[in-house]
Amino acid sequence: MITTSELRETFLIAVAALRANVLRSGLTTLGVVIGIVTVTLMGTAINGLNNAFQKSIATLGSDTLFIQRFAWFSNDDWRVVRNRRPMTMQNARDVERMATLAAAVSVESNFGGTVTYDKKKARGVWIMGNTDRSIDVRGLSIAKGRWFSPAEISSARNVCVLGNYLAERFFPNQSPLGHRVKVNEIQYEVVGVIDKMGTFFTGFNMDNQIVIPVTRFEGDFQERPDYQIIVKVKDVTRLDDAEEELRGIMRKLRRIEPGLPDDFAINRQEAFLNFFRAVGGTIAAVGLFITSLSLFVGGIGIMNIMFVSVAERTKEIGIRKAIGAKRRSILLQFLVEAALITLFAGILGILVAWPLTLVINRFMAAQMSWWLVAIALLVSVMTGVIAGFIPAWRASNLDPVEALRAE
Amino acid sequence: MSLIRIRNLCRRYVMGSEVVHALRGVSLDIGKGEYVAIMGPSGSGKSTLMNLLGCLDTPSEGEFLLNDKNVATLNDNQLAEIRNREIGFVFQSFNLLPRSDALHNVELPLIYSGVAKGERREMARSALAHVGLENRMHHRPNELSGGQRQRVAIARALVNNPSIVLADEPTGNLDSRTGEEILALFDQLSRKGNTIIVVTHEEEVALHARRVIRLRDGLIAVDELNIRYRTPPTVGDGISPPPIA
Repeated sequence: MITTSELRETFLIAVAALRANVLRSGLTTLGVVIGIVTVTLMGTAINGLNNAFQKSIATLGSDTLFIQRFAWFSNDDWRVVRNRRPMTMQNARDVERMATLAAAVSVESNFGGTVTYDKKKARGVWIMGNTDRSIDVRGLSIAKGRWFSPAEISSARNVCVLGNYLAERFFPNQSPLGHRVKVNEIQYEVVGVIDKMGTFFTGFNMDNQIVIPVTRFEGDFQERPDYQIIVKVKDVTRLDDAEEELRGIMRKLRRIEPGLPDDFAINRQEAFLNFFRAVGGTIAAVGLFITSLSLFVGGIGIMNIMFVSVAERTKEIGIRKAIGAKRRSILLQFLVEAALITLFAGILGILVAWPLTLVINRFMAAQMSWWLVAIALLVSVMTGVIAGFIPAWRASNLDPVEALRAE
Repeated sequence: MSLIRIRNLCRRYVMGSEVVHALRGVSLDIGKGEYVAIMGPSGSGKSTLMNLLGCLDTPSEGEFLLNDKNVATLNDNQLAEIRNREIGFVFQSFNLLPRSDALHNVELPLIYSGVAKGERREMARSALAHVGLENRMHHRPNELSGGQRQRVAIARALVNNPSIVLADEPTGNLDSRTGEEILALFDQLSRKGNTIIVVTHEEEVALHARRVIRLRDGLIAVDELNIRYRTPPTVGDGISPPPIA
């Protein structure tokens, strides 16, 4: 057994050895420092991306099913699926009538376009067609004014609800309510403003939107708009049942023969999560590879310097052995020394990476967490132990007679 | 029962294609409390014998019992333990750790034998006091004179209360006056009952020992009582040596 006093001695020797060679130890750490900076930055980026994604994905709602022409992430042959029939308004009405597991059904359609007010012009605005139920299905909240009434939807009134960003832009110092904005040269009266929603993880500004009755889409913008039917289920634990029910309804409505594939897709938040997990996994794997490469180079530097350290202190090893140090004491002594160098490198790496993450955070979400710091330090210590092992092993196996003869 | 019992000890080295016979069959017994000088010209095998006696090396052949334990069959770790407990080394070039102060140098064997800190400190202090260095505890080797360094080494050798103090040319790096002081210290240790083995090629050093073993070509050529002890018993009690002229 290694006693505590021996451990203490081991630690003190290592510190003394490092202090005696500050410059050399410092230079040696560079490779590992770079490695640790890479680990930490990669970690913070993945971490930040993850958080941003989780936040964005929440806006989709975990209890929501999206009946659309295409699946979000699929390997379907584009030439086969592109001719799928669009969802129709009638489909949506029938779904609403027939679905027993649905809490609310919304019909939506959207496209990008230009919105003007007075002389102000906003391009690339997300123009969204909604129904009176969409506010519940999308989980929106109203900052000012109100949402659409059922009558406004059924009669396709020229009313609109503005996203927060658009409202601020057009009406910086006044209430937008009652004013008229133009979408594709058609006037809409502002009846409400949506609460701030933030940006989707893709960078898309969700507040740069305008919502109009979906019933205005047909005619105002498109001949046959592509609708999507969004269903909020009553019980999130029965999401699969609800999906099966919707599938049955849709197949019946669209008269698909048994045995033929669906000509629609039922999407859900999970698809995004799965996609993200796959992408995140790839990013992490690539990151890990780059990181391990730089750590490997750093580790070789450490191994080199440990060989030098062992060679320089052959005499000392001889003395210690003569006095009664066992192999493992010598082994431990050099392992601790290597681990201390790399731990120091790890701390340095974190100190370098921390301000860098703050800079990165201005462009994309990045967060340094405690567990990441812990992992980085653990990795650096492991690098030292692995790189230091061969030199330490060699030191521990030195013949005491030979070692004592060294100068 | 003797402390050291060596029978037909051989040590061969392979150097390239050549086999060097450093020891060709040495047999000797050393009892507890003896003061022995091992002498011989260079190449006689005295360093090899000292390495074997110090358990730094293992014999190629033969038997070496230390306190009735056969050292020849022990592994590295067991040898390290024996060195730690049974043997105190004093080297020609002192072999102190340059970056550690005197106290820490003396503590070192105790660290490896796992003595707790408080007790360790106390033992190291008393060992240093014993060699007259109570005022130099926190000096590093390069702040000490040669004689003082060797005293630190002796304190380190004694601190674990070993069975044997093994000194390899202990005065080789010292001027004659300081050398005499160190040898006087050995005499004093011997009188207190320590077993001392000194490897040397200097007759003056060997004169201090009670018994002299002379090696030649890997064999014991002479094993005799020191000349001073061969005087008739009427001169002294036969145990304490008469003063050196």
